[in-house]
Amino acid sequence: MSERWLECSPDARQKQEERFALWSATENIPFISEKEKALFTERSGLLKDAIQLKKIPARIPVCPSVGHFPFEYANISWRDALYDYEKLNYAWKKFHDDFELDASGGPANIPWGPALDVLGMLGYKWPGGTLGDDSEYQFVDQEYMLAEEYHDLIDDPTGYFLNVYFPRMFSSLKGLSRIGCLPAVNEIAKIPSVFSGFGTREVREAFDKINETGDILSDWMTNFRAIGLSLKARGIPSFTGGYTKAPFDVVGDCLRGTRGIFLDMFRHPDLLLETCDRLVPFMIKDGINSCNASRHLILFMPLHKGADAFMSEEQYRTFYWPSLRKVIIGLVDYGIVPLLFAEGSYDRKMDVIKDVPEGSVVWWFENSNMEMAKKTLGQVACICGNVPLDLLCTSTPDEVKKYCRKLIDTAGKDGGFILSTAAGIQGSKPENIKAMLDFAREYGVY
Amino acid sequence: MDENIIDLVVNLKEKETLAAVSSLLEDGEDPVKILRDCTSAMEVVGERFEKGTYFLPQLMMAGEILRQVSDMAKPMIKKEEGSISKGRVLIGTVKGDIHFIGKDIVSFLLDIAGFKVRDLGVDVPTHRFVNEIAEFRPSVVGMSGLLTAAYDSMKNTIDEIKSAGLREDVKIIIGGGQVSENVRAYTGADAFGKDAVDGVNLIKRWMEVVQ
Repeated sequence: MSERWLECSPDARQKQEERFALWSATENIPFISEKEKALFTERSGLLKDAIQLKKIPARIPVCPSVGHFPFEYANISWRDALYDYEKLNYAWKKFHDDFELDASGGPANIPWGPALDVLGMLGYKWPGGTLGDDSEYQFVDQEYMLAEEYHDLIDDPTGYFLNVYFPRMFSSLKGLSRIGCLPAVNEIAKIPSVFSGFGTREVREAFDKINETGDILSDWMTNFRAIGLSLKARGIPSFTGGYTKAPFDVVGDCLRGTRGIFLDMFRHPDLLLETCDRLVPFMIKDGINSCNASRHLILFMPLHKGADAFMSEEQYRTFYWPSLRKVIIGLVDYGIVPLLFAEGSYDRKMDVIKDVPEGSVVWWFENSNMEMAKKTLGQVACICGNVPLDLLCTSTPDEVKKYCRKLIDTAGKDGGFILSTAAGIQGSKPENIKAMLDFAREYGVY
Repeated sequence: MDENIIDLVVNLKEKETLAAVSSLLEDGEDPVKILRDCTSAMEVVGERFEKGTYFLPQLMMAGEILRQVSDMAKPMIKKEEGSISKGRVLIGTVKGDIHFIGKDIVSFLLDIAGFKVRDLGVDVPTHRFVNEIAEFRPSVVGMSGLLTAAYDSMKNTIDEIKSAGLREDVKIIIGGGQVSENVRAYTGADAFGKDAVDGVNLIKRWMEVVQ
């Protein structure tokens, strides 16, 4: 196992300061007026103070997870959100016109329908694909890598993804399986023959699809950045600007499936651990690259299979945490602030997850006990959360306010807290969201 | 009871269990008895899950062992024993939602416990629940869903069951990561399970009353 990424280097804090400065810079933003510029500076300052734990912010930043609520609110279909920029942009604008958030961002969690179509993606079902126009896109949990293939992945991750995984995940990219082993560098005279597979019809077709997807996505990214910039112009900084995952979740979500990985914990524990470790540098680089592209420092990491309902503290310590901690350290070392979204409950894991560099990460909770989180983790990390979805979807503004009051009194005490929701707010009653935002902004003043 | 088989399954010794079952079957052991022992073992696994000493990985591993034992033993059963079902449960993930892990565990545990389970799969249209109730005549209907969109699907399904005049015939339980008492009240279900074992225990209690 690798000895890298166990401790942060001494200049990590300095790098974080530099990244905060870059993220909150106002130079290249076409603000509507001085008022929005001041708001942008105020809000990014609130987040910085909450995250670094050096001083108590002027008030608690209020940053719910927008999720897919804007579509419902603007009454556009799910299909439109995945296939029609104009409608998506309209929905995003309408939501942000009517609800005042301290940080938000473009629709980063929307997979782009036309790209999924061209690739023939099998890992998702989506409206416009095989689901109805008003259904949310969802991931298909199954084995995409066989248990017998662990060694292939460990030996050569890039080759495995290119030659085996992509052809399996994307029906249009089957030809990639014919590329062969790259780079097969053994004898200089033989190196050119590495490319012989590229002349086949199947490989050409696969690359045509890749090029087509690339064009579609670069168009989409231009649109996506424009949405983000228009929010900044209105004084709303983007909450997150990078993305990566815990290695255990990469294996569980994308490769072996939930059932597969849980059985592997008994059948192939060593191979599973070695694979998680092998994926660490990939996850770190992916995170750094995505933050560099957006000039951001807060990086979103949704944590899936480590929840209390999924595994014990011992299993978490053995299988989940060691490689995740390395990814965290690797990112913090670059001045990045991982925003770790602990799905489900993490009440049993608090003692494990407090082992992170101080003032360098945010722990965002869904169903955990926030009072306990504040006591255990609050010393070392900003915590975030967790107005429950069932409350927002089915209850009343008074009940929502009651919950927020208690949350602010406990988790929000003395700074180091971002008020957010337990998950994306789709399905919520608009009046409940308003109540949460208005109340928290007023009551959350220190 | 063969304590050995029970211990092996409870302690999730996959290879050892399968080897022991294989040699027992070769020695002419009654396959029905072997399956009965595995059922006793699963009850212990379920208890440990409930107490919080076993978690989802252990539950899935035990299920996987049991599946393999069942594949080995069932073809050896000469005549289908007239096993008496403890009751019928109809289960499915509601319209618009394709999450299945929680539902599958509930199905599996109910099956082990001797209930006759009809699993409708995922993204089940409301009318299908209604038709299947009329046809299968379950005492309990379980609806699963993880998305918040499932709240409305559950509510609509229950409304449709009402309109079809079947609501009084069944008890309805909902389950999934985001359900709560608020959601139960919203959907009009009789109960919610906070996890798979909680849900199964509720169903067991209902069935005792029914019988």
